Amino acid sequence: MSNKIANAGNIGKKVRSDCYVTLELKDSGGIVINQKSKVQVLYGDSNNELCKDVLSFFGIENAILTLEDRGALPLVIAARIEAAIKTLIDTDKEYLLDFIDENNYTSEKEQFRFSRLYLPGNSPSMMLNAGIHEPNGIILDLEDSVAYNKKTEAQHLVRNALRGINFYGAERMVRINQFPKGLEDLKYLIPHNVHMLLVPKCEGADQIKQLEKKIVELKSQHKVTHSIFLMPIIESALGVEKAFEIATASENVVALAIGLEDYTADLGTRRTNEATESFYARSRMVNACKAAGIQAIDSVFSDVGDMEALKANVKVSKGLGFEGMGCIHPRQIKVIHESFAPEAAAIDKAMKIVNAFIIATEKGLGVVSLGTKMIDPPVVKRAEKTINLAISLGLISENWREDFLNEQAG
Amino acid sequence: MGNKYSGLVTNAVGRLVPTEVNGEKQVPFQGVGKFKPNASKHGPKINSCADFPEDGNKQVKSLKEALVKAGLKDGMTISTHHHFRNGDLVANQIFDVAKELGVKNLRWVPSASFPCHEHLIQYLEDGTIHHIEGSMNGPLGRFASHGNMKGMGVLRSHGGRYQAIQDGEVKIDITVIGAACADEFGNANGLHGPSASGLLGFALADSQYADKVIVVTDNMIPFPCVPWQIQGNYVDYTVQIEQVGVPEKIVSGTTQITKSPDRLLLAEMTAQFCLEAGIIRDGFSFQSGAGGTSLAVGDYFAKIMREKNIKARFARGGSNKYLVSMLEEGLVDYILDGQTFDLDGVKSMAENPNHTWTSPFTSYNYHGKGNFAGLVDVVILGATEVDVNFNANVVTHSDGLLLHGIGGWQNCLFSKTVILPVPLFRDRFPVILDEVTTICGPGELIDVIVTERGIAINPKRKDLIEKLKDTNLPIKSIQELKDEAEKICGKPAKPEFDDELIAVIKWVDGTIIDAVKKVKS
Repeated sequence: MSNKIANAGNIGKKVRSDCYVTLELKDSGGIVINQKSKVQVLYGDSNNELCKDVLSFFGIENAILTLEDRGALPLVIAARIEAAIKTLIDTDKEYLLDFIDENNYTSEKEQFRFSRLYLPGNSPSMMLNAGIHEPNGIILDLEDSVAYNKKTEAQHLVRNALRGINFYGAERMVRINQFPKGLEDLKYLIPHNVHMLLVPKCEGADQIKQLEKKIVELKSQHKVTHSIFLMPIIESALGVEKAFEIATASENVVALAIGLEDYTADLGTRRTNEATESFYARSRMVNACKAAGIQAIDSVFSDVGDMEALKANVKVSKGLGFEGMGCIHPRQIKVIHESFAPEAAAIDKAMKIVNAFIIATEKGLGVVSLGTKMIDPPVVKRAEKTINLAISLGLISENWREDFLNEQAG
Repeated sequence: MGNKYSGLVTNAVGRLVPTEVNGEKQVPFQGVGKFKPNASKHGPKINSCADFPEDGNKQVKSLKEALVKAGLKDGMTISTHHHFRNGDLVANQIFDVAKELGVKNLRWVPSASFPCHEHLIQYLEDGTIHHIEGSMNGPLGRFASHGNMKGMGVLRSHGGRYQAIQDGEVKIDITVIGAACADEFGNANGLHGPSASGLLGFALADSQYADKVIVVTDNMIPFPCVPWQIQGNYVDYTVQIEQVGVPEKIVSGTTQITKSPDRLLLAEMTAQFCLEAGIIRDGFSFQSGAGGTSLAVGDYFAKIMREKNIKARFARGGSNKYLVSMLEEGLVDYILDGQTFDLDGVKSMAENPNHTWTSPFTSYNYHGKGNFAGLVDVVILGATEVDVNFNANVVTHSDGLLLHGIGGWQNCLFSKTVILPVPLFRDRFPVILDEVTTICGPGELIDVIVTERGIAINPKRKDLIEKLKDTNLPIKSIQELKDEAEKICGKPAKPEFDDELIAVIKWVDGTIIDAVKKVKS
């Protein structure tokens, strides 16, 4: 057997919550584990047990496994070892740790998607605390932020993260690779309660249809019943022209996002803060989204130090009709939420709708109406979300209805 | 100096501590406020002007000459100070001289040591230095942790160090005070010169109680050196050397607030907690250190104060440019400074009368008629570990290594509200545990633990619990936080230590609150 050594993971003084494994398959000598861990005293023994368990799961009886650990969680260590094994052995088996209860929730088409936080799919340290910053969505990125030779290990890490890292209620998103590589990503995602897939460099409905076909296949194979939503990313001149076609390619397409770095490159121009070069593309995409009844999501704002510029950027974005924006730093989340926050008039309308709904429910009416106008259930749902958002942003109190009724009575 | 230690007993926080250390009798910790000494202050020998030069010029040619004249000999106690922090060039030279003179078995009492003192490990090995009584940072702590020091380490808080010297628990034979500025008579301050660090407060006790006092500077000016933070009337010899410190390692030119999103979140939650608890109100006072999270807390305080038009009466420093800008903006009336962390702080202390220097005597000494640590409304501190009884550790890591000093941390626990913002885990080290490795502060004095995943209020603080009952902040029990950390990191194994002790931790009253064990090699 040639090429019996494989590596996975990250190494270096600055690396945290990660590890680097070197696996050498042998013909004899049993299992030898060499561990050097920053947390040796507390977790050295349990790490050893885990290493042995993963190797035994894959039927490996003779090997030298070197684990250089910088405080990686078990789900990270297991992903690294599995990735190393799979570069040496052809197997369909998967070493899965427990799926934590906290991650058993679903998302909905109408969900607010003001902020979505991009995280590199091969950097576990950023994943652990992402949820506590309360973005609407967390994107584990398998595409641009992962080096080509790290794609396999990132797939395993992202799979394990979907199962074992608490997302604290954020919508669980993954940006897959461009086709055809992106299709190979799916088996690591679909069975593990991914809510939404971001589809990079989307340029036509056929891509979405191809993707959907594969998703349907995997869903039935793994008995997944919840919807898996799609957010195609428009990143080229052709993509912009095909925006409506893409937006209506599947009922699971709930939003389009625009990626301005690649788009401006495609135009042969440079991205500026004034963004005049992308005005047409952004407006065109917003229009396509609204025509299709889905959300339009703006690109990321890359100057993470300048919150004032971000704030100004969001105002423009909101003015163009966008309903959300990407983040590359957790501190951008709050600014984005506050700037996309519903205005007083929108909150007022939402309170009226929810109030009407409560009254209708109390009276046992099947139909909610406001004045002479009938209110559809999705509208009520959205109004409730506006209210909840306004509460969470501290714009109205949790007991808003008391004040609302008093005001109406007075 | 006798056995390293003997006579183990269990103290009031359940820790096994020795009753004799380096041949000296010790009192085990008895509880907060329980131990009251019944003795007089230490009295250094009276001197006569007849023995000193009439012209007031006490300058000698070299540090070596000063040490020889001061009678440096085997078994003496030598003290130094950490005003130059990791840029200190004085302490190493003292022991180079001692080595040259063949002097052995010295006891070194620094107010803190830094990685720059790694140079002294050779002298700990060859017996020039017998042991260290003072905070051991980094390499020296690691050396001690492996049981390599001949005597026991004794760690004290800044206030505890003043207390020990004042009480005569530590009798200093020779103190060497490195100063940014001095005159030949011995008056000195930390305000002017290339090695400016702001103040010399940590040397106050030594100047008052040591047998021989040497002032060393690289900036000797004609009399008078004012303000005389150290009074020349206490000083025996003055020395001018080429350089006392490395400026860029003494104070930072650029103190920066952390960019870490997780730490910023901790800081924001801490500030929000203080607001909702009613702590941030007109005329309040606060202390927040120079660590990444602490700086950010100060910055969030400033934002809230600006928005709500609130002014603080005083801020306790560690000063830095952020605190200075609050003073200049009028958000705080006074900075009471214990040490200065950047050049903006040094400049402000030199120029602004409302930015005043303090010493461990005024701020922290427990054996006195009060100190102002207790007057501070809220103090924001760090910790390496906290346990489910709110006890906290600042000196050792979970693997048992002694890597940090106590600083003023213990003394600050007497503030009206003590808040520790800490991450729930560092890498994979859980911060909240069943039991801390080393108790440095008893849980009864620690009020609030802020983590990114929840805030625990000490059940003793019913007032805070009541004030926060309708908050949107994630209030949890400390047990819930501990369980959450374990759920994420996994249940940690109990670290195994050697039975041998390598250092003791003193409480502010001089009793022993805990002992540090040798790590297993």
